[in-house]
Amino acid sequence: MTYSPHTDADRARMLDAIGVASVEDLFADIPAAVRASAWDVPPPLAEQEVRAELARLAGRNRIPHVSFLGAGVYRHLIPSVVGEVIGRPEFATAYTPYQPEVSQGTLQSIYEFQSIICELTGMEVATASHYDGATATAEAALMACRLTRRSRVAVSAGVNPDYRRVLQTYCSGPGIEVITVPVDLADGGSGTTDPAAAAAALADDVACLVAAQPNFYGQIEPMQELADAAHAAAAQLVAVVEPTSLAILQAPGDYGADLVAAEGQPLGIPASFGGPYVGIMAARMASVRQMPGRLVGATRDGDGRKGYVLTLQAREQHIRREKAASNICTNQALMALAATAYLTAVGPAGLREVAELSTIQARHVASALEDAGLAERRFSGTYFAEVTMRVPNAARRHAALAERGVVAGYLPGRGTPELRDTLLLAATELTTDADIARLVEELEATR
Amino acid sequence: MSHPDDLAYSREHEWVRMEGSHATIGITSFAADELGDIVFVELPEVGAVLTQFGTFGVVESVKAVSDLFAPVSGEVIEVNEALRDAPELMNSDPFGSGWIAKVEVSDSSELDALMDAAGYADQTA
Repeated sequence: MTYSPHTDADRARMLDAIGVASVEDLFADIPAAVRASAWDVPPPLAEQEVRAELARLAGRNRIPHVSFLGAGVYRHLIPSVVGEVIGRPEFATAYTPYQPEVSQGTLQSIYEFQSIICELTGMEVATASHYDGATATAEAALMACRLTRRSRVAVSAGVNPDYRRVLQTYCSGPGIEVITVPVDLADGGSGTTDPAAAAAALADDVACLVAAQPNFYGQIEPMQELADAAHAAAAQLVAVVEPTSLAILQAPGDYGADLVAAEGQPLGIPASFGGPYVGIMAARMASVRQMPGRLVGATRDGDGRKGYVLTLQAREQHIRREKAASNICTNQALMALAATAYLTAVGPAGLREVAELSTIQARHVASALEDAGLAERRFSGTYFAEVTMRVPNAARRHAALAERGVVAGYLPGRGTPELRDTLLLAATELTTDADIARLVEELEATR
Repeated sequence: MSHPDDLAYSREHEWVRMEGSHATIGITSFAADELGDIVFVELPEVGAVLTQFGTFGVVESVKAVSDLFAPVSGEVIEVNEALRDAPELMNSDPFGSGWIAKVEVSDSSELDALMDAAGYADQTA
């Protein structure tokens, strides 16, 4: 027998030891009204029947033929080597180990992830990773509060609305006020954060300005001006970035970002409902002691051999629970490894190609729709690989296209009424000219 | 272990050297030895107002992390910047170059709540 549960005699001895008559008595404090009295579950099935049932449910998934959906998650080519690396049992079974130095390979992979993130962001130190982009963003804002000893944060409305909701949740516990800095959403407007509005919001003892590059609407933000506005108020700039864009856009370290947060999904992780994804955070070395979560450092052992360790652990919850930099974070070692394998496989030139092809295809999307007289760009200024287009009756047509297997991007109007008649369309290197032609054709049919 | 006679000591192992209304604060050699090699100290900010026996910083050694407790109330007028790069001064010269902060004392009667060298020696004996 490979698994032996407690016997009745075992249970009787344990109950006797703690002076309780029955297991039921242990639950006496829970009111009957909130306890389940009956479980309405179907009868057990054989493995073969379970498989058949799961296949039936999976068959209900509707997989689009063509998709322009982005809005924070992007479909990129994932080289096969990524799956091969993260499928290795040494990695696939290893959560961040609690006797970490035994697992030198795991620590080395995390160290390489941190090193690549520093190179990509132009920052000095990166964490071993976080749950996802939203939680990394919220942790960065909390870190800015600790660094500045202030308890208000300003966030641009150009930051992904889901991230802003997570930020609000993270700030509600410690009583940190979140101020939203508007984006110019006027028809033909910049679609970006106004530095003057940011400066006004920062005037009163605010810890940081959180701004996204590119922003949720795909637009390129004036990050240098936003950084200057933050620094003029002795506040920090938290740059929320899309990692592939860093291959062609200015590195956050170069425009003076104090903290960088990102969703690492575009780096070799498939788009899937609920993840798992991976959060990225990077900072300046001067702030390292306020960083949340794990950090791997490189060192030499007593014999002079290179080795890796978890470092600066006095920030962490298992050393100093009541004063830890964060008690609500962990890393995503396996997904960070996927990102590391991806970035190693494509290399700097490959990543630049991904970013360039994505921006080129996004421009083809915009021009194809404009040429067909179907849509116009909603904003002026430039954009990365996602574009907000003005499309009459966007919601109705979006639904009609979905029925035909074409996901016409994201509907910003769902959360932002001013953008009711717009589509947010994303392109990547996987977006083909045929995909774009199909989008035009289907939109034409719903005119 | 010798404790300079001209200092006042707190139960939390901080010392105070008074010069007029200015108090220099550090941790004792006993505390430094107990902590082991000190690798980081989080200093208060100049201008911060300390409350007697309240926390005002953090000291981190290779084996422990401890709060620093202010032996007197007052405003911080200077911090020992040298500790940012050389926290080990708190081990090698705790009563001298390993000082932590200077404070403009707001209520000198608080010194009555502290111990003299002999009293502190008894506590740590």
